[in-house]
Amino acid sequence: MKQQIIVSGIGGQGALFLTRVIAQAAVDLDIPVMTSETHGMAQRGGTVISTIKVGPFASPLIRTGQADVALLLWEDNLGVHRPLVKDDGTLVINAEGAGPGLRIDASGIARKLGNAVLSNLVLLGCAVRHQALFCDQQACAAAIRKLAPARFVEQNLQAFYEGLNG
Amino acid sequence: MSDTAIHLVMGNEAIGDGLLEAGCQVVAAYPGTPSTEIMQSIITAKERAGGPLHLEWSVNEKIAFEVALAASYTGKRSAAIMKQVGLNVAADPFMRTAYLGTVGGMVTVVADDPGPHSSQTEQDTRLFCLQGRVPVLDPSSPAEAKAMIGPAYALSEKYRRNIVLRPTTRISHSRQNVALGAVPVMNRPSSFTPDPGRWCATPAFLPGLHGALNKDLEAISREPEWQPRLTPGDGSRPGTALVASGIVYAHLVDLLDELGLAGTIDLYQVLMPYPLSPTFIERLRADYQRLLILEETYPVIELQLAHPGAVGKQGGAVPRVGELTPDAVHAVLADFLHLAKPRQTGPAQRGQRPSLCPGCPHRAAFYTIKQTFPDGIYPSDIGCYTLGMNLGAVHTVHCMGACISQGAGFYQAYRLDGGDFPTVVVTIGDSTFFHAGIPALINAVLQRARIIVVILDNATTAMTGGQPVPHLGVTAGGQPTTAIAIEPLVRAAGVEFLEVCDPYDSRALTRVLKQADAHIRSDDGSVAVVISRHPCVMDPAAKKIRSPATAIITDECIGCGTCVSEYECPALSLNEEEGRAVIDGDRCIGCGTCVDVCPVQAIEVKELS
Ligand code: SF4
Ligand code: SF4
Repeated sequence: MKQQIIVSGIGGQGALFLTRVIAQAAVDLDIPVMTSETHGMAQRGGTVISTIKVGPFASPLIRTGQADVALLLWEDNLGVHRPLVKDDGTLVINAEGAGPGLRIDASGIARKLGNAVLSNLVLLGCAVRHQALFCDQQACAAAIRKLAPARFVEQNLQAFYEGLNG
Repeated sequence: MSDTAIHLVMGNEAIGDGLLEAGCQVVAAYPGTPSTEIMQSIITAKERAGGPLHLEWSVNEKIAFEVALAASYTGKRSAAIMKQVGLNVAADPFMRTAYLGTVGGMVTVVADDPGPHSSQTEQDTRLFCLQGRVPVLDPSSPAEAKAMIGPAYALSEKYRRNIVLRPTTRISHSRQNVALGAVPVMNRPSSFTPDPGRWCATPAFLPGLHGALNKDLEAISREPEWQPRLTPGDGSRPGTALVASGIVYAHLVDLLDELGLAGTIDLYQVLMPYPLSPTFIERLRADYQRLLILEETYPVIELQLAHPGAVGKQGGAVPRVGELTPDAVHAVLADFLHLAKPRQTGPAQRGQRPSLCPGCPHRAAFYTIKQTFPDGIYPSDIGCYTLGMNLGAVHTVHCMGACISQGAGFYQAYRLDGGDFPTVVVTIGDSTFFHAGIPALINAVLQRARIIVVILDNATTAMTGGQPVPHLGVTAGGQPTTAIAIEPLVRAAGVEFLEVCDPYDSRALTRVLKQADAHIRSDDGSVAVVISRHPCVMDPAAKKIRSPATAIITDECIGCGTCVSEYECPALSLNEEEGRAVIDGDRCIGCGTCVDVCPVQAIEVKELS
C-alpha cells in the first residue's frame, strides 16, 4: 500500500487538522506514514500545502507529478499545486461552481453547520465517498474522534458525514 | 500511555520526547519557526518525566544557551533550543563553550530553515559548527532525530562537549509514526565544582583548551557509532557513489526507489557532518572516482572531503540556493547518472500571499501610522508584524531588535545634513522588545535619536503560536511569576515621552502619534515611545470577551477599492463584476477598524445576535 496525498488551502482553513486526521487513520491501520506541514508566516492567510505519504517512504515531500490525490480547500490553489498531482490523479475540490475534479461546496455546507472551518472535514467525507483515499469511513471517523477536542467531536463527525453522504 | 505505543508525532515533538527520554532536566528556548514546538511539546509532556524539570522560554537565545550551560556545569543533562538565526544571537557563549566544554550532557538543538520558509537567512548551522568546532548531527527523519538524542548525550558526556542536533524545517514540521519510550529517573543531584582555570579561562588557558578540543574532535570523528552508513549497490556502477545527509538523504532514498535504482549504487548517509570521519574521507578517495554530494544548505561535507571527483555545490552541479526539494534532487541525480531529464513544469502560479489576520491590531496601528506620517521612514522587525510590509508601513526588517538601532541610524544620517528630518516611526513587537529591543532603546536615548518607537503590544509571541511574554507573568509551564511591565523599563531607559493607546481607536492613536512627533522635534527632544496595546485576535481569552459582530458593505459603496488596497483585511475583497466591495462573513470578526478607511462611509458594523 502506497499513496501520496496533498492537502492544499490557505492559512486558517484547517488544512493541518485535515492532514492529521488522514495520517492518524494510517497509524490506526498500522501503515507507516509521513506528513509535512506549512508553519510560520505562510500560515497567516497565505497559501499552504501539506503532504501525506502513506506506506514505506523515507521523505515526507512529494515530487512533481507524483501525488495520487489532491484535496483542495481553496479552489484558487489549483494553478499552484496541480503540477504536483499525477495526470490521472484525483482532485477533490471545495468549490461552488462547475469545473475539473470532484467538487463539493464544502464551505457552504460547513457554514450551515455553524462553522466555516468544518469545510475541511466535509471535503474529507467527499473524498472517502469517492474512494479516493486509502482509508475508509470507519478509519476516518475513528481518527476524528481521537483528534478533535471532546466538545467538538460530534460537530466534526457531522461535517464529515455531510461530505460522505454528498 | 503505554511505553511502546506508536504515535503520530511532529518532528519537533519527537525531539522533545527524545530529550525527556534521555533524562534532560533543564531546557531553555526562545521560540522561532521551525524550532518552536520542541519546547512546547516538552511542556505538554512534562508529566512523563520521572523527576522535576526546569523549562523556560528565555527572553533570547543567548540567555537560553547560558542557562542550559550552567545547568550542565552542575552535572545535569540540559538542552538549549533555538532556530538557526537564534544561534547568531547565542554565538558568543556558543563559541567559547566549544573550548571550555560542559559537564553533564548538553545538547543544543538548532533548527535550520533551508528554503527559507520563515527566516531571514537560510544559513547552515553545520557550517557554523565547523567554524565553532562543535560536533553536529544531521538527522534525516523525525524518528532518526529522536533516536540520535540519547547517543548524543552519551557522546557529550564522554568528551564533556556541547553537541548540536540540527533538524531542518522538513524534519521539524513532518509527522511520522514514532514509538514512545520510557523516561528515566536521573537522580543526579546538582554539584558544581569550581575550576577557575576552566570556567573562567583567561587567555593564558585558552591555547591549552583549544589543543584539548582539537584532540577530542579527532577522537569524536572516529567514534564508531557516528560513522557514515553505507547502503551498498550491486556493483553495476563501479567507482561511483552518492553521499547525502539530513532530509536530502530521505528524498534521495524515495527517488532511487521510484526510479527503480535502489540498491544499484553505493549510497552513504552522513550522520555527523562535522567533524567528518577521516577514514570515510580516505575511503572515498581510494574507492571512488565520481561522487555526488547532496546536502543542505552549504557544502560542509564537500569542503571537508576535498575529493577531486566530487560533484556538488562548489562546482554548481547542485543548486546553491534554496531547499533541495525532491524535484531539485531529481534534476541533479538525472544529470549525474545521465538519466532521462525530469519533466519540465511551467512556473507554478503564485498563491495567496500571507496577510495579517482579520481584526489584527497591528493592521490598525500600521494604517494610522501611515496616515499620520505619509512621508515617514518605517523600520520594523521580526514577527507577524513584518507583514505590515503589505500595507507599505514597514521599510526595513533586519534581525531581532535591529529596528530601533536602524531607526536611530536613519535619524543620525539625516541629522548630519542639517535642516528638517523625516519622522522615523519604528515598530517592534513586545516579545522582540524584550529579546533585543531594550539595549537598542537605551542606546537610542543615549545618542538622543529623535525617533518614535511604537511597541506593538499584543501580549503574546503571536508569530510562533502564542508563547508567553515577560509582561504576562506566567512561565513556560503556565505557573505564575513576576510580570515585567514594559512601561517602567521604557522609563528607566531614559525615555521622557511615553503614551499607551489602543490601536482600534484610530483617532486617539493619531493624536498620540502627533504628540510624539512634537516631542521628538522639540528643543530637547529625544526618543518617544508609544505602546500600541490590544490583544492578539488569536488569544483565546480575547476571543471570549469579543461580542459577535460583522461588518457589512452598504449600497453607498462606489467600488473604489480603497478598503482592499489600503487596508488589506483578508475578509475584504472587491467584486469587480458588481463594482463593489464584499465582506466574507466567515472571516470578518467585526472589529470595525476598517470603517474609517472607506472614503464614502460605506462600511458598517452590525452586532450579531
Ligand atoms: S470589521 Fe473590517 S477590518 Fe475588521 S475583520 Fe471585518 S472586514 Fe476586517
Ligand atoms: S467599501 Fe468604501 S472603500 Fe471599499 S470599495 Fe466600497 S467605497 Fe471603496
